[in-house]
Amino acid sequence: MKIVVTVKQVPDPNAPQGLDSDNTISRDREVVLDPGDECGIEIGLQLKEAHGGEVVLVSMGPEKARDAIRKGLSMGADRGILVSDDQLAAADAFLTARALAAAIGPESPDLVISATESYDGSTGMVPPMLAELLGVPQLTFAKHVEVAGSRVTVHRQTEDGYQVVEAETPSLITVTAGIAEPRYASLKGIMAARSKEVRLLAFGDLGIERGEPAETVEGIVDAEARKAGEVVEDDGSVGVEKIMAVLQAAKVI
Amino acid sequence: MPKIWVYAELNQGRLTTTTLELLTRARELGEVDVVALGPGAREAAAALGKHGAARVLANEDAAFAEYVAEPATDCLAALLPQEGPDLILFGFSPDSREVAGRLAARLGTGLISNAMDVEAANGGFVAKVPYFGGAKVASYRANAKPAIVLIRPKSFEISESGGEAAVVEVAASIAAGSRRARMVERVQEAADQVKLEDARIVVSGGRGLGGPENFHFVHELADALGAAAGASRAVVDAGWVPYAMQVGQTGKTVRPGVYIAAGISGAMQHTVGMKGAKVIVAINKDRDAPILKMADLGVVGDALKILPKLTEAVKAKKGH
Repeated sequence: MKIVVTVKQVPDPNAPQGLDSDNTISRDREVVLDPGDECGIEIGLQLKEAHGGEVVLVSMGPEKARDAIRKGLSMGADRGILVSDDQLAAADAFLTARALAAAIGPESPDLVISATESYDGSTGMVPPMLAELLGVPQLTFAKHVEVAGSRVTVHRQTEDGYQVVEAETPSLITVTAGIAEPRYASLKGIMAARSKEVRLLAFGDLGIERGEPAETVEGIVDAEARKAGEVVEDDGSVGVEKIMAVLQAAKVI
Repeated sequence: MPKIWVYAELNQGRLTTTTLELLTRARELGEVDVVALGPGAREAAAALGKHGAARVLANEDAAFAEYVAEPATDCLAALLPQEGPDLILFGFSPDSREVAGRLAARLGTGLISNAMDVEAANGGFVAKVPYFGGAKVASYRANAKPAIVLIRPKSFEISESGGEAAVVEVAASIAAGSRRARMVERVQEAADQVKLEDARIVVSGGRGLGGPENFHFVHELADALGAAAGASRAVVDAGWVPYAMQVGQTGKTVRPGVYIAAGISGAMQHTVGMKGAKVIVAINKDRDAPILKMADLGVVGDALKILPKLTEAVKAKKGH
């Protein structure tokens, strides 16, 4: 089966983040392959190992996002496609979905795998849009995936458990971070990744119009911040005493 | 007067609280119609009317509950030309965002997600979106008609306005090819006894607890206080505790009277989900942890030592 995994390069979630002067999330600091996407790649590789086929990584981002694809290739994915163009800078979810759909469509994958949401944006709007644009059903929030013939079954995480949801291929699934422990790239994998193909697509290659964004930013202000209250060093008893006093003042005990 | 649609989310036939929250704002913005699809739609009309809906556009076809997103998208898209709403409000929940995403893509309009408010301005709508993990708030003017805006849970208080909604039976309009992603079974797993979203007190744990084997300290304090137990994304992703316990951008939004954060550094991913708490208590070893800059009481110390003592103190106090 042919599997496309969407991947994104994001600011390292473990590093402090900053905003650029144009209020986009700064990408000049440490950037990494989105940890959620590593789980998507892992599931893609597991399905390929079980059923044969190919795993193709598709990303949209600056030229530098090639590194994120390269990391996935060193884990074992077969090739990559990077959509990169200044005209796509600061794209909203819908333009991102259209660009990805234009890149993925010609591949005619049996399965598209995305993370439920990215680490930096965290709104999870691209996958359902992508599913609609590709004309496939969506199986989301998967914490478990099985493929039997043309049938895909996922356990879709819910607030109090999960739903068993199934569809025929081609379909799109989104996976949660807990679905699988991503493998480490072996030295052999890293070497092999160097010669794997990463195809670059410019905006003009996609055959789409930029279109009007859904929103125009009218202004950005600092949120009302909470003020720091009292900070005490615990000495073995003062911490508990202070907390008890707060709980009593709040009338919860 | 602008025409506002609210998309009702029905969970096993029951209206979600977020739907009612949306009505609080929707009725200030214009004439409100609620689109309610699936079993329970007609029964929900009474509550929807009491909270400000003028009409409930309803269809009870079981396919809306059985198949993911596509049937609802079909129905909404079919209703749009005749109804012509100016604004469609969805809750920013896993189920609703799948419908909203597909609908926006089908209409070719895009949407504004993760908003915490929406206002009328200059004949259109402006949504307030927490940005950069809630440290900033962006104002987005919606360009499309209909504007589609997804609103975070707990953004508005539920309040009744009195009234009765007319129930209008609408066609299901489900395309032949849309019965694809099918929900075949629903599995209930053991959940916390106190619901996180409704809890008056929440005790949450993070990476600072060292490992999953120490998370019982959080549960024990929560039990002693009659609180709900929560967690940061870091420990949910690491598999220590189930996703249902996650508080933050991608988890639950809570507004308890007291929020106790133990071993949570205060990444914005987390704080956006809990900064509405009345009182925040943070326990953290690191004096520079961001959570200490927003807590009403910050204790610099080891949560593993403080939590059990605190649990004992609470039990002793409650015993009196």
